[in-house]
Amino acid sequence: MSGYAGALLTLLAINVVFAYGTFLPMSAGQLNLGAAGFIAVGAYISAFLSNSGVPLYISIPCAAVFAGCLALIVSIPVLRTRGIYLALATFALGQVVQATFLNIPMFGGAAGYPVVEHINSFAIVCTAALVVAVSALIFATRFGISVVAIHDDERVADLMGLNTRAFQAAAFSLGAAVAGIGGALYAHHYSFIEAQQFGFGLSITAVLYVIFGGTQTIVGPLVGAAAFTLLPEIARASQEWRYVLFASVIICMMAVRPQGLVTRASLRRLFEGRARG
Amino acid sequence: MGSIYAMIAVALTLSIGVINFLNFSIPGVFMVSAFVVWIVMQLTGSWLFAFLLALLVGGCLALLVERFTWSWLNNVDPFVPLVSSMAFLMLFENWALTMWGSDLKTLPSISAADVRIAGTVISLPQLAALLISISLAVALRFVLTQTPVGRALRTISEDKEVASILGINVNRTVRILFVVSALCAALAGILFSVSYRQVHPFMGEIIGLRGISAMVIGGMGNVWGAIIGGILIGLGEVAAINVFGADFVDIVIYGTLLLILTVKPEGLFGAPVSGRGRV
Repeated sequence: MSGYAGALLTLLAINVVFAYGTFLPMSAGQLNLGAAGFIAVGAYISAFLSNSGVPLYISIPCAAVFAGCLALIVSIPVLRTRGIYLALATFALGQVVQATFLNIPMFGGAAGYPVVEHINSFAIVCTAALVVAVSALIFATRFGISVVAIHDDERVADLMGLNTRAFQAAAFSLGAAVAGIGGALYAHHYSFIEAQQFGFGLSITAVLYVIFGGTQTIVGPLVGAAAFTLLPEIARASQEWRYVLFASVIICMMAVRPQGLVTRASLRRLFEGRARG
Repeated sequence: MGSIYAMIAVALTLSIGVINFLNFSIPGVFMVSAFVVWIVMQLTGSWLFAFLLALLVGGCLALLVERFTWSWLNNVDPFVPLVSSMAFLMLFENWALTMWGSDLKTLPSISAADVRIAGTVISLPQLAALLISISLAVALRFVLTQTPVGRALRTISEDKEVASILGINVNRTVRILFVVSALCAALAGILFSVSYRQVHPFMGEIIGLRGISAMVIGGMGNVWGAIIGGILIGLGEVAAINVFGADFVDIVIYGTLLLILTVKPEGLFGAPVSGRGRV
């Protein structure tokens, strides 16, 4: 594999992990505008642990657990809110986390934090594949069905005896853990992190990947992240035009097909058509 | 600074209050209109022309955003218009970045005169910003309570379908709402460019996101609340710089936002039960 293809594949894998981190809460009906906060937590925790001599196969899971636990703790107050309030609360949370890391001298503050331990592309792609597989597995279980039910109608799900609060907290924390893994991969691959990278823009980008791909199915985020990592490369767009293109495509897409590229119905059509033919 | 947050908060609170839609493109409109002022000043040097064109561009952008987030998006997941407006913010920012680069652009000073009130130096544009934002709130209050358009808007905020049955042209009224709220944002952009004499592609993200906090603190959908929230954020920022240092401003502001959202989500001045805001 050439260096270029390798770099692209790595970027794709990291973006896919970010997308799933946003997708998990969104599948339970929560718009998470603070994914960057959890990505930052994962990146800094794993970087710190590995810099103090902890091997990667321990530090990355630690980062995920830490981000997940943080999400679980904050989910208690944050998930009391609904709809737009919830989106704003996650947004505020992301900003607070970013500002906090910006002010911790141990992590270099605004100057950034170098990461010694490097992780190669192959391991990143494997981890991303694992994340996708585990997410798919989760969604094939009772948990996944319950989460989708909550997304479709929270009140009915509650009436059917589901503990909606617990499921929502679980989806939120799982998403945060996945975002933490993504952050850790990012930190170890690029060997340098600074808090400014984990701003509102990153959270929005992750949300847009998911929305573009579609929130109804497990393959949606994968398709969305892949489309937005690969298409600009094919179009050979420069860094700035890439975002202009990205935003324009999203806007038009939302106007024409607001449910996203891949829906339950379209998947059913695809597979049933194949079975018949 | 507080009055600029206040005006952005007013712009946001209008669309939240009436159609329950958080318009993330408002910070983008704010930035673009400040840029328009800068460009016109580069080309012609006429302040008046710059201001008028900035307002015009702001209004046109609002119509564009309205097309893509409201007109064509009925009966979809409630967060789809929100996501679309975020994409607009991204579009505006990166478009400005490609056109004019990421350097800080500086503007000439409009007036050298400073006013001294009790030993504190206040520049004339800053004083004007405060006065304009307060008179804007008074004017909006008047429009909302006393005019047919205001009555139509308040009906729509109660129930869109009923408003439609009562013979209100909902789409036209909402279009007016978008333009008015964008004009508030454009005005904030103009005042910013005059007071601080600098523009930057990502200034909308920094200032506009503070405007969102101001809106929440004041209570979503409440015009006076937005003004007071904006001024509180401005004062709180200065206080935080003095007490904790400049690095901790964001923690203080967004920490407060988080606290208010979880403890008292209706804001300081909102109606007690406000899943949907009122104007």
